Order: sequence, then structure tokens, then C-alpha cells
Amino acid sequence: MAGLRDATAIVGIGETPFAKRLPEDEKTLACRAVLAALDDAGIAPGEVDALASYTMEETDEVELAKAVGFGDLTFFSKVGYGGGGSCATVAHLAAAIATGQATVGVAWRSRKRGSGPRPWRNTTAQLPTPAQWTRPYGLLRPVDEIAMLARRYMHEYGATRDHLFNVALACRNRANQNPAAVMYDRPLTREMYMTSRWISEPLCLFDNCLETDGALACVIVSRERARDCRHTPVYVHSAAQGLPAQHHGMVNYWNDDPLTGPAWTAARHLWKHADFTPQDVDVAQIYDAFTALIPLSLEGYGFCGRGEGGAFTEGGALEIGGLLPLNTGGGGLSEAYVHGFNLINEGVKQLRGTSTAQVPGAATCLVTAGEGVPTSALLLRS
Amino acid sequence: MLSPVTDPDGAPFWRYAAQGELRVQACADCGEPRFPPRPCCPHCQSFASEWRRTSGQGRIWSYVVPHPPLLPDYAEQAPYNVIVVELTDAPRIRLVGNLVTAPDAPLNSLSPDRIRIGAKVQAVFGPTGLPRWVLERP
Ligand SMILES: [Zn+2]
Repeated sequence: MAGLRDATAIVGIGETPFAKRLPEDEKTLACRAVLAALDDAGIAPGEVDALASYTMEETDEVELAKAVGFGDLTFFSKVGYGGGGSCATVAHLAAAIATGQATVGVAWRSRKRGSGPRPWRNTTAQLPTPAQWTRPYGLLRPVDEIAMLARRYMHEYGATRDHLFNVALACRNRANQNPAAVMYDRPLTREMYMTSRWISEPLCLFDNCLETDGALACVIVSRERARDCRHTPVYVHSAAQGLPAQHHGMVNYWNDDPLTGPAWTAARHLWKHADFTPQDVDVAQIYDAFTALIPLSLEGYGFCGRGEGGAFTEGGALEIGGLLPLNTGGGGLSEAYVHGFNLINEGVKQLRGTSTAQVPGAATCLVTAGEGVPTSALLLRS
Repeated sequence: MLSPVTDPDGAPFWRYAAQGELRVQACADCGEPRFPPRPCCPHCQSFASEWRRTSGQGRIWSYVVPHPPLLPDYAEQAPYNVIVVELTDAPRIRLVGNLVTAPDAPLNSLSPDRIRIGAKVQAVFGPTGLPRWVLERP
């Protein structure tokens, strides 16, 4: 079965500046990012007939379509679970285009998480059922929920804060090469990391992603159409969503093996439909709302064995020239936290050869969405 | 402080907790316990369930120590602990809670350096009806 394999390609990317506070509202930022991506592709807004975004996206299809002048839309889809939906937006468009439901798809995310409210402060509109079992006890924020799994992971496998620091440092080093990154001019040292304030022990300030205002978008078309676009096509080689049996989201405490999360499920499908293996991945953009998600994802996507994710980060493995260069724009930890959409665009830049921290000759890239929630992932190739 | 915002599936848990009983939902047909509670059994698909009394004994599976920024009532007591307890009677059932020195003690009553993964704990019930946990050997 041919399926999705290389049937579609990302041909345009666009993004606004990233900052703690941007003056424009989310709708305006969405319009800017989408128009930038279409301009990058050399495709007129009137040709767009498919959209995909996150259920948490506040700018809906009607608002976006009438503002930027889209044509008649025949496919539009929204994916749930916050940052777990990032790669699925591209996957849904790829499926729609490959099956003939649409021809030009735009995926986007616009969010003022930097200057806007922290979602966990809203005590009336909480995630449905798990909240009654966790929040009254003071497990209030995503960082608290993930820190619980991180502590257990460190206990079971001997992973250390130095391993988490390796993740934070690799992302920060790449951000220091990327003028668009929020942390471009802010180097990180081990001393800074080890003496920073706790947010939820065992996770400290630098284990947490940024809080950013910004928007991003990308454009997807069929492989045939892609050949006529402005830039080298970046093919969607394989795509997957992952919601494991008996999974409970970020409070995944109630099954046989809480440390095996959605990454494992997505990875099985992703690799089954791919012509290459984890060893062939030149560069990875792995969702990094928290440093502790990286060791889990490295295991889940098959870069190392169970329990080896911490040790994998040693010896500069995640740096340029290492085993698996990570989050080469700086990621959510140091470029911008826009629910992982910047990881998709950075994957495209790597395969075009235009990243600010270019991996020489990069031809394959893994992009992942949030681990610890129902997730999604893409294998991109040039 | 936040109170449990419950639903039809979870309400019996809190009703028993208010009576000082720690009970978990179990399938009335195949006997498998499950948590969080839900309408039917993921093993045998039966809609018949019962609420099984537990010994209230368990071991600490993991824990965190949150620091601000937090909601005001919690920030006042920070840093405090939140633990996950694996029940002795049903090891896959892990309850989130707080390790305290006494049933009515504040969230931060126990020093975080006293907490160890694997330590034996016992459920107690505070004035709010929430199950809480004390060390078996303080
Ligand atoms: Zn059953």
C-alpha cells in the first residue's frame, strides 16, 4: 500500500516574530503567519482549500478564511490534546490531499501564551475527569504532572539532572545561533542550571519551556504540485498519531507501565510505514515542553533502549555533530513555545539546508508532538 | 483550596471517602479493579461494578515538590509534597495525595527530605474528606 509515503510535501513555511509580548492579537498573528507561509510557497490564498489546526487554537477557520481570502474550503480539521496535535495537523492535511479531498492545505498555530493567561490558573474550565483525582492535592500545573513521571523515571533508570541539563543546553546552544529565538543572546551554563529556582522538584526553571507570543504556519500540497513550487519540497514520508491503550494523558499514573507513553504507539506506526530507521535520522525536532520529555521520546521513537534515554544525552549527542542533533532552532525550551509548531518549520528549514544551525547534508528529520499526551509525529525527507 | 469537581463515575469514591473508607471501583463480573472510575470494564466490557474496600496501605511510587507560581492557597503552603501511592491491594491503582504528619496537618507538615520512593504509607482521612497519607514508620 502506497498510503501517505512521500505523497505530499511541505512547500511553504511562515512565522511571526517570537516574544514574551507581541502587540497584535492572536487572529492578526495567525493571518500574518499563514500569508507568510503561502508567500514562501508561491501559492495564492485563493487556492487554499484545506485547513488544520489545534482544538486549542482560538482563531477559527471562518475568521481566518474571510480575513486572508481563502477559496472554497473542502477539508478542515482540528486536533486535540494541546501540543500533542502539532504534527497531526500536517498529517491530516497530507491524508486529505493524498485522498483527493483537497489540493492546498494550510496548518497553523497562533498563541499568546507569553502575555496571555496560564491555562492552569483557570480553576473552572479544567480537563474533565482526571482533575478531581489530582488538583485538590496541589498537582496543579503540567509541570507538576510531568515532574511526577520524571522523578519515577530518574528513580527507575538512574537518570540525573545532568541528563536533563544536556537537553536544556543543546536547545539553548542552538537558540544562541538563531536570531529569531527568544533566547538568542542568553547563553546557559551548568552553574546557572544547577542553581536555578525549582518549579516542581525534580524540575527546575530551565527544565521548562518558554512562555511565548507568536504564530506559525505551513503549506502542504501533493508531490506533483510541489515540484512547481518556489523551494525544494520537503516530503511527508510517514505520519502517525498515538493514543496508547489505557493512557491517561499527563497524569498517566494508572496503567501497567506509566513510563511507556504515546511516543511508543506513534513510533510503531511511523516506522512501519517508513523506508528508513531511527539510525538513518539526520536531525530530530522533539517536543520539549519539559526537558524530561526528551529521554522518554528518545526511547519511544527507537533511538535507544528502554531506560537509556538519559545516558543517550551524554557526550554531546544532542549537539551539532553529535549522534542526534536536537531542536536545531532552539525548540520550545529556547526558541519559542508555540505548541511545537516551530519544530515543524525548523524540520523544513533543515531539509531545505537553510537552518541557522544547519546539520550538513541533512536529508531526513523526525518531528514529534507532545509526549505525555495523545501525540503525533512526522518523518520528513528532502 | 480546590475541592474535587466530581462526576457520576467518581462520586461514589468521594462518598465513601467522606465516611473514612478508601474504596476503588471493580468490575462486578470479572473482578478487575480500575481507576479512575468509568462506566464499563475495559477487560470484559461489563457495566456492572462494585466499590471494593481497600486496606488503605500502599507505597510511594513517586513524588514532586511544587514551588510557586501556584494558586494562592497552595502558594501559601509551598513548598509542599504531592505523592503517588501504589496500593498494596491493587498495585496498578495509584492514588495522588499528600504525605502529612497527621490527618488534619497542613500540606507542608512533613519535610520533603523525609520522602522516599518505596516508603510504606497508610491512608487517613482529614476534615475535608480527602484521603491523605501518613508514613507507616514516621
Ligand atoms: Zn470486567
